[in-house]
Amino acid sequence: MPQPRILILRAPGTNCDAETAHAFQLAGGIAEVQHLNRLLETPQLAAEFQILCIPGGFSYGDDIAAGRIFANQIRHHLSEVLHEFRSAGKLLLGICNGFQVLIKSGLLDTDDESGPAASLTWNDSGCFIDRWVGLETVGKKCVFLAGIEELYLPIAHAEGKFVTRDSAALERFDQAGQLVLRYADVSGSIPPFNPNGSMHDVAGMCDATGRVFGLMPHPERFVDFTQHPNWTRREDRSEGAGLGMFRNAVRYFS
Amino acid sequence: MLWEIDVHPIVGLPDREAERVAVLAAETGIGPRLSVQAARGFLVESDSLDADEVNRLAQELFADNTVESSVTALVGDSRLATPPTGQAHGESPTLLQVLLKPGVMDPVAQSAEGAIRDFGYSVSAVRTLRKYWIDGASQTQITAISERILANDAIEQIVKGPLPFDRLQHGSDYQFQHRTVSLSELDDTGLMRLSREGQLYLQLAEMQTIQRHFAELGREPTDIELETLAQTWSEHCSHKTLAGRIAYRDEQGERQFENMLKETIFAATTELRNHWGEDDWCVSVFRDNAGIVRFDDQFNVAFKVETHNHPSALEPYGGANTGIGGVIRDTIGTGMGAKPVCNTDVFCFAPPDTPAEDLPSGVLNPKRVMRGVVSGVRDYGNRMGIPTVNGAVYFDSRYLGNPLVYCGNVGIIPVDKSFKEPQPDDLIVSVGGRTGRDGIHGATFSSAELTHESESLSGGAVQIGNAVEEKKVLDVLLAIRDRGLYTAITDCGAGGFSSAVGEMGEGIGAEVWLERAPVKYAGLTYTEIWISEAQERMVLSVPPANWEALHAFCAAEGVEATVIGKFAPTGRLVLKYGDQVVGDLAMDLLHKGRPPVIRSASFTPIKPLPLEIPLGAQDLTADLCRILGSYNVASKEWIIRQYDHEVQGGSVIKPLVGLANDGPSDAAMVRPVLTSRRGLVISCGMNPRYGDLDPYHMAASAIDEAIRNCVAVGADPARIALLDNFCWGDCEKSETLGSLVRAALACHDLSLALEAPFISGKDSLNNEFSFVGADGEKQTIAIPATLLISALGQIADVATAVTMDLKHSDSLLYLVGETKEELGGSHFALIHELTGGQVPTVNAAVAKRTFAAVHEATSRGLVASCHDLSEGGLAVAAAEMCFAGGIGAELELAKVPAGETNLSAVALLFSESNTRFLCEVRKENVTEFESQLEGLPVACVGRTTLEPELRFLNESGSAPVIAASLKDLKTAWKKPLAW
Repeated sequence: MPQPRILILRAPGTNCDAETAHAFQLAGGIAEVQHLNRLLETPQLAAEFQILCIPGGFSYGDDIAAGRIFANQIRHHLSEVLHEFRSAGKLLLGICNGFQVLIKSGLLDTDDESGPAASLTWNDSGCFIDRWVGLETVGKKCVFLAGIEELYLPIAHAEGKFVTRDSAALERFDQAGQLVLRYADVSGSIPPFNPNGSMHDVAGMCDATGRVFGLMPHPERFVDFTQHPNWTRREDRSEGAGLGMFRNAVRYFS
Repeated sequence: MLWEIDVHPIVGLPDREAERVAVLAAETGIGPRLSVQAARGFLVESDSLDADEVNRLAQELFADNTVESSVTALVGDSRLATPPTGQAHGESPTLLQVLLKPGVMDPVAQSAEGAIRDFGYSVSAVRTLRKYWIDGASQTQITAISERILANDAIEQIVKGPLPFDRLQHGSDYQFQHRTVSLSELDDTGLMRLSREGQLYLQLAEMQTIQRHFAELGREPTDIELETLAQTWSEHCSHKTLAGRIAYRDEQGERQFENMLKETIFAATTELRNHWGEDDWCVSVFRDNAGIVRFDDQFNVAFKVETHNHPSALEPYGGANTGIGGVIRDTIGTGMGAKPVCNTDVFCFAPPDTPAEDLPSGVLNPKRVMRGVVSGVRDYGNRMGIPTVNGAVYFDSRYLGNPLVYCGNVGIIPVDKSFKEPQPDDLIVSVGGRTGRDGIHGATFSSAELTHESESLSGGAVQIGNAVEEKKVLDVLLAIRDRGLYTAITDCGAGGFSSAVGEMGEGIGAEVWLERAPVKYAGLTYTEIWISEAQERMVLSVPPANWEALHAFCAAEGVEATVIGKFAPTGRLVLKYGDQVVGDLAMDLLHKGRPPVIRSASFTPIKPLPLEIPLGAQDLTADLCRILGSYNVASKEWIIRQYDHEVQGGSVIKPLVGLANDGPSDAAMVRPVLTSRRGLVISCGMNPRYGDLDPYHMAASAIDEAIRNCVAVGADPARIALLDNFCWGDCEKSETLGSLVRAALACHDLSLALEAPFISGKDSLNNEFSFVGADGEKQTIAIPATLLISALGQIADVATAVTMDLKHSDSLLYLVGETKEELGGSHFALIHELTGGQVPTVNAAVAKRTFAAVHEATSRGLVASCHDLSEGGLAVAAAEMCFAGGIGAELELAKVPAGETNLSAVALLFSESNTRFLCEVRKENVTEFESQLEGLPVACVGRTTLEPELRFLNESGSAPVIAASLKDLKTAWKKPLAW
């Protein structure tokens, strides 16, 4: 199969589109950044791509709640086309704001008969925070995390605390193996290990298929060794560990 | 119908907003344990929405049902007044509702309107509000909470109890009225009264010039003509004082300047550029919205730092928010448009622990100011997706009524897009936000002194930004720039359209059709449209043939673009409203007609007094901890982590570095082009305390500090560009202006000697605050003379960068640079409240060679870590390197290279002599390192150790004069501002 094409979808306020495209390029994909308006005008545009990524930023200013307005646009206008996209065996990735959009759009299979059962809300600190965190993967469900056990990546968010409506919902997602990325004490990470109060230390989750994945940390911010906060203390000059997720996504189509 | 949707945390989950208010109430002494509940509210006005639809909006848009519940009702319904947890014991808590004043930017409401329409519902307006139920508070406490915590009267109003309205205001239609101002009959007193009361803030000579001009024309000016002149001639827009005639006198005699800036700072840059000839790497200096220098073959780099002091004093959040928004537009409006790649922000506040009883009337609590400013910068910078990578915070009680907020932005611009040239008959196109009454008189207001009444006089000058609007504008502008659809671009900053169009059309002429400008609400007069400083607007010069294509690009991204006039080649500025000409001025009058400002300036050197070091029991370890814990030196992690400093993916050296990512980096480094290894370095220098002793050496020290911070991380000293930002007191006072001239002379001398060109700058004068004291007398607090020097360095390969944290426990420590008895203005003097002493000076010739040699050593990989010596001198630098790296050190004071012998331990430890670095060198690199630094003052002063302790010995073998564990040192440094 030729190199997969990646649609990086930007909305007003999206701001990690360029570096996310760069990461996919480094991983061997062909990334194209398009405005959400183009997809709303021509939903069948999605069919030309193998991977769809909603990057980080503040879509619509995160006004009302982070990712809410973008997510509603998906629910109102793009639900069908994105479910088809998933059914076709393709991949969806949401990073930071993209995760907030995915979870609020229902694409991570978190809705039940009473409505959305999981969300991302304000950090316990009540504040935006930029810092690096340790992460460990759980299970083998998620395509993007294949072969990755632990990671050290930056977060930069105010509304990243993973919450479920009740403990039953949390248990259900856990049992289904969807809670695939957790904040953890890995080599080099600095306490507090859970930076925002997320339930079960969840930093990222996938849908029932493992092909739709959302995470709060920014893998695209660690693709070069000089992005690591301690790089001047390390001998390691190899590529950043965040690139592995993008490589997994691209490799999935080869 | 006016619906209200209230959203609050599900009962039992934390109510963070309520907790915040309760904590602040306790912290500010209003009440220790108030019971508060909070909710966010949305007022939705619509003729068609029914209760089910509003409930659906509450469920699917406004509330997050996993953690929040909602209440929906028509305004007036008693359910809206009931606290979330219900009424307890029949007592009714006080309900306070906070709304933005009409006309104040409400980005959330704007977004909500769009989001409601996306459901297919129609809506005519949305407003947001915040609600608080406070239990068990007295009337006095309620008033104090309202004024000091919940709302700022400059932009917000508080409603006690239910809302007293059932529809939202939309403004009323504007009835055109052509207004003229009678000038011809006024005497000098009348002219000055008009200048003041009309908020023109022009000087008498300027008012007289305008009066004469219109007398010659045989008519009175219209209101809009007078406003245009006031905006264009304002200090903010024309920098008339510093670019004016100044008779300067100091101990060396008199000097006459025709244009002070041109003859000092600009002159140095011009001389350097001539000297470099073919190798000149400056591209555009002191002419565009930002200075531009060469970066690589593809890109140049633009840099600008602005201040937003007066708005931030009145409304810290909005002032800082629009300050960063404004400076970002400066780089976007430079050349044909630069792409912002990082921000730098420097603030000056009064100490946050200033007691409430020491606050004059009209002054906000410094802690509140600081919190507001930090949040304002955070919310704009983060939303724009521009990393905030560098900054500093300085504290001095003289910033009490007049805090300083410096906001800077760096952008990259393709080499062939670095210049602009509007063409005759191009269309004048406004792109971005709509025009409202916000920010009227911002340009002239910034030229006035703040008083305790400023808030009521100039409330309109205070604004809130809408970052996402600016992000949309940026995204679309970069796309159309690269398609060559416009010939020139500038931002709408101070003075709004009047400045933007006036500047762009200076060499051509312009005709403006004011009624075409899109407005936020009806009722704006033609003058308000013309001088409004509403945010997020850019002005483009567009060839008529490109208009359709440009408009289509903007429409595709939901950005409004409107033709508001054309650059008619008449040499005149003609303002029309409909078919009425409301203003007609010669461009020459605007740009060349202002009478020169003539000022006298004097400087009397302060007689150096000895600094008496207190004798007796000296505990130098305690002194070190106190300096580490002083506000200027202490960790700013609380601020730094609220800023996204890694967005765009170019982060190389972060503001906090080291083993636990919490050591203070000397400078930030970013890689602006992800496919290249070349880096930009951003740093700053500022020493207001030195200015009290000698502004010349203050400026020289700030320049040295900014450059050495850059060099410490690996920047090439042959490629460092500088910016100056002067914030001074009232420069009509000869001594105040004299101290500024003296600082400018240092900028000239050091720039030339270090071959570091100034490429842009800005001044903010009149930073004084007046109030009526307890004795009924007017008192004035002037800020200390505050010069911020920002440095923009470059590094060929970011992989050669160095950070300040110690790396190994068996290295040698070299001190580069000479230590002198320079404790004047030092932090040692600060903590002991000592006066006098020698202010640090710069030996420019030695500095130049030192910077070159240190750079050579770092780029060859000979330096494992490097830290500049600044506040707190050697002791603080060593402590910071140790705790950042988690590695101990032992240093011997006897080995410190010092010009004079017999320097006391205090001087060796805490003197703040310039041009010094502490370098960690591996044993195998010692010979090569020493040879690189040959001929310079340098010595091996110690070694790193495995034990987590910092020790300073007077002589080897003696008992340490300082001994402290890294843990204690780090705690002392981190604790004070860990909010």
